Amino acid sequence: MSDKVKTKSSHEPLFHLVKRDDMKWWQAWLVRIAAIVIALLLVGVISMLLTKESFGSIYETMYRGVFGKLETGSTVMLWKFLQKTAILLGLSLAVTPAFKMKFWNCGAEGQALVGGLASMICMIELGDKLPYPVLLLVIILTSILAGAVWGVIPAIFKAQYNTNETLFTLMMNYVATQIIKYYLYIEGGGSNKINPVPYGNLPNIGDNKYALNVIIVLVITILMYIYMNYSKQGYEISVVGESQNTARYIGINVKKVVIRTMIVSGALCGIVGMLLVSGTNHSIDPNTVGGQGFTAIMVSWLGQFNPFIMVIMSALVIFLNLGSAKVADTCGLNSSFADITVGIVILFVVGCEFFIRYSIKFRHSKKEGKV
Amino acid sequence: MAKQAAIELKNITKTFGKVVANKNVSLTAYRGEILSILGENGSGKTTLMNMISGIYFPDEGQIYVDGKEAVIASPKDAFNYKIGMIHQHFKLVDVFTAAENIVLGIKDGKYNLKKSTEKIREICDKFGFDLDPEKKIYTMSVSEKQTVEIVKVLYRGADILILDEPTAVLTPQEIQKLFDVLRRMREAGKAIIIITHKLNEVMSLSDRVAVLRKGEYIGSVNTAETTENELTEMMVGKKISLNIERTEPKDTVDRLIVKDLECTDRTGVKLLSDVSFTVRSGEILGVAGIAGSGQRELLESIAGLQKVSSGEITYINPKTGTTENLRDKTPRQIRDLGVRLSFVPEDRLGMGLVANMDITDNMMLRSYRKGKSIFLERKAPKTLAEKIVQDLEVVTPGVSTPVRQLSGGNIQKVLVGREIAASPKVLMVAYPVRGLDINSSYTIYNLLNEQKAKGVAIIFVGEDLDVLTELCDRIMVIGSGRITGIVDGRTATKEELGLLMTKTFDESEGSSNE
Repeated sequence: MSDKVKTKSSHEPLFHLVKRDDMKWWQAWLVRIAAIVIALLLVGVISMLLTKESFGSIYETMYRGVFGKLETGSTVMLWKFLQKTAILLGLSLAVTPAFKMKFWNCGAEGQALVGGLASMICMIELGDKLPYPVLLLVIILTSILAGAVWGVIPAIFKAQYNTNETLFTLMMNYVATQIIKYYLYIEGGGSNKINPVPYGNLPNIGDNKYALNVIIVLVITILMYIYMNYSKQGYEISVVGESQNTARYIGINVKKVVIRTMIVSGALCGIVGMLLVSGTNHSIDPNTVGGQGFTAIMVSWLGQFNPFIMVIMSALVIFLNLGSAKVADTCGLNSSFADITVGIVILFVVGCEFFIRYSIKFRHSKKEGKV
Repeated sequence: MAKQAAIELKNITKTFGKVVANKNVSLTAYRGEILSILGENGSGKTTLMNMISGIYFPDEGQIYVDGKEAVIASPKDAFNYKIGMIHQHFKLVDVFTAAENIVLGIKDGKYNLKKSTEKIREICDKFGFDLDPEKKIYTMSVSEKQTVEIVKVLYRGADILILDEPTAVLTPQEIQKLFDVLRRMREAGKAIIIITHKLNEVMSLSDRVAVLRKGEYIGSVNTAETTENELTEMMVGKKISLNIERTEPKDTVDRLIVKDLECTDRTGVKLLSDVSFTVRSGEILGVAGIAGSGQRELLESIAGLQKVSSGEITYINPKTGTTENLRDKTPRQIRDLGVRLSFVPEDRLGMGLVANMDITDNMMLRSYRKGKSIFLERKAPKTLAEKIVQDLEVVTPGVSTPVRQLSGGNIQKVLVGREIAASPKVLMVAYPVRGLDINSSYTIYNLLNEQKAKGVAIIFVGEDLDVLTELCDRIMVIGSGRITGIVDGRTATKEELGLLMTKTFDESEGSSNE
């Protein structure tokens, strides 16, 4: 055997990554806030390059696009912003228990749609037959039931036959959309459209149409926080999500928890659907939920399954959406501009987690050591 | 002939975050020598060897191979320096043959399996390996798989061999065979480094021992000039008594009777068959066997986690004397029957505990259902967590630290503490000291002895035969899902147990052996 050893075949690595557990919570939050600020600045710079507008005017346009003319006392835009945030937040809250259980519920869209459809049917069929309070109660209950059924079907198949819940819930979305199209076809006559129904609408507070929606979602936020952190069922969800083996070991019936949690998740989506139909549009079409069911998945993760952080995250996403839409509109860009800005911010928010979890260490210069 | 240094480490330092895995370690291995790296778990043995084999790169310090400075940034570099590492967990493709696995990934022109097989046979003859190159991996025993791993690095021309805990999964007879091979390789002038924490193996095999403690190099001694006690002292840093206490069982009564138990997996292969035994109060029943012989299935069937196809599991209630059949009951039903059964499973973080939850929430796993409220009650679990942290000297920043951040020994203390806190009548523990340092291991042995004195019936599944013969009152040996013998722990020898472990039945289905 030759003793010849290949000489330095490769270079020393320049740096290495080290896992860190020592970051304080406030430091972590500083990093996250810094990430959002940097992302927003970057969004501004990119918009400048695209539109040739000044940096300041882009942010002004954005601000106007979201809040309108607050200083003149007009709160119409503000309430629209709050309404959209509330809907997104509601869906994010709805998928959270499922995600915490590692059940990838990608069907919030469909669950909310069938919830909304249930409201719609009640409004049309029973609208002039029942007294208003009874009608409202029926609407709420049927939409909860409809959402829960839509959510529990994939859960039952998952529990019994271990089917893939991601595909199953996604496909349930298409089914929901098609049912709504069919309903529009038979109900809307030739127009495939339903005119706003005057019965069974959620009451206005003062003359504000959206306030009740926002309040309901805020109440759900608080209840969800308590449910996830202080209830026995919430604890079971965490255990099942962390390790099904541990759950079985301590005698949790995993199938039961999966099914029960998806009933909760679907029911909440159903409520959001009801808020959209009975509380906002008074009508329905396949785009009523408008993809928010998928954005909700992202918001839930960004909020790290904490309902209160999710409030901030959904507000941020809606702010960017509305703001960039306005910028795009004013400066003649197309609608993808909003997607780009949201994408940049998400990239930074997710990316900064890397720096919270790891630090980069450069290798000490390799001189002859102290022998 | 003067000793020729094969590999030399100088001032090697490696840190992971705040944890210093190796600090300023300088170490030399010579050709024609077997060097043992001895140290407790977490002392940095494996990290150090991983730097030699190119898996990690040192933060500071240099490595010299044959006196020349070497940069080993990847396993491929290590292979170029003729360094081969045999890992604790084998890295083989199950559906390939031994020969295919051995040549896998070698880029030297033509793929000629016939020629390679010849070369493999040559290597086997030279060092006395017992290996059929055409046998598929999935039909092999653990010991054969290990042989494949060793031949694999030899085939690649390695003359510095590193073995990470090679004996952990072998029977005493297989260990002897491995040692013979290693000695023959030493005669052939190879440098052999074995990582271990078993003192008796160090004494019987190696020429020199290097001791690491908490990442630092303590020193090396010639095996011929040292004793087990001296090595322990170097390893732990203080004198320690190596004897495990064993008291005479008192007032034993039958507590759990298992009769003709049988389990099959989904494909109909028998995991357990004809298993019958009795567990008595105030007694530790050891369970010995090669890894994967049905130990897990046995404990899980008793705990209600494994489906049983036939047989009976009878629990005798000490208070009332009534019997309960535990078969086909869920863990919850078993608890609701008033059966006080605690179980420390093998997979601590994957089954016994939830890694991302803190100590308090992990305490709650057993007790959270108590009471009618739909809300959790965290006060009692918190008190229990604090008590366990204090009583068992768990090293942790507090009870609200996620258990995944604790070291192996502390994790085990939390788990065992919780299971004992339920004041069990039957306590099942699976590999309770695996990965634990000597001090933590003794804490666990003492806890088990305390429970034994309280009249608890204990089932102890272990892998270290020395511990089993020192701790247990009776030892049951399990092989291929059958009981091959139950012997008295006070008179049993390791050789006797080893033979029982590998004993096969003529009428056995052969699914596990061929």
